[in-house]
Amino acid sequence: MTFSRIAAPVLGVATAVAMAVGLWLGFTAPEDVLHGDTVRIMFIHVPAAWTAMFAYLCLAIASLLNLVFRQALADLAARALAPLGAGFTALALITGSLWGRPTWGTWWEWDGRMTSVLVLLLLYLGYIALRASIDDEARAGRAGAILAMVGIVNLPIIHWSVYWWNSLHQGSSTFEADKGDALPAAYGIPLALMGLAYLGLFGALWLVRIRTEVRRRRLRAAALRAAED
Amino acid sequence: MLDLDFGAYAPFVIGAYAATAVVLGWMVVDTILAAHRCRLEARDKGLEDDWA
Repeated sequence: MTFSRIAAPVLGVATAVAMAVGLWLGFTAPEDVLHGDTVRIMFIHVPAAWTAMFAYLCLAIASLLNLVFRQALADLAARALAPLGAGFTALALITGSLWGRPTWGTWWEWDGRMTSVLVLLLLYLGYIALRASIDDEARAGRAGAILAMVGIVNLPIIHWSVYWWNSLHQGSSTFEADKGDALPAAYGIPLALMGLAYLGLFGALWLVRIRTEVRRRRLRAAALRAAED
Repeated sequence: MLDLDFGAYAPFVIGAYAATAVVLGWMVVDTILAAHRCRLEARDKGLEDDWA
């Protein structure tokens, strides 16, 4: 609790600074020769996708700790992050669609990358719905953990989908200068800053939500004790 | 130089940033409100000092 009380505001401030600088650099970057001004959507779309996948990795790790070691805090952490992961995944889909319409001429295409990200959103929503449908919190946590761990198979599919199947979606953007498709600094720096800002925001909100979950569970325990007395 | 004229792409660029603002804003507000409500409930029941 003490850690989150200090870390959450620190992460929040760092996020605000990184986002402000990232947005400024993003909006002052030159138009892309091929994509024109739609390149500015990349600064919010790609970080949303990164954060959505990172959040799912955290969900799967927390679920594993809950299932194997019966860590109550891991269960609370998993429950706390699912709505955040769903939010970032929805953002990746919405902003991707808004980028796809002027670039590809379509809002949506059932190709490997887009479909696997949609599956990620369904996994998050399924996790939330499954937990909500079971009254016993321990059983709900275990059922959700199994679903989350099965769903981890989707993460490599999302990453490699653009290489495994023909796709409208381009390959991964790279920061490595020796590769031919490396991003120029004018785009790479704001993208990296926005990526850090999104991860920082996710971290700050997750910490606050874990605190809230701990409080909520203690309140419920106190209510049960009072009812027994 | 800051240039907010996105030409023909304006609906898509502005739409994407607006959607981002709404979703991120919802996540922040929902998180803070839930934390605030829970803290108030704990305080009302005299539990806050144990583990705040």
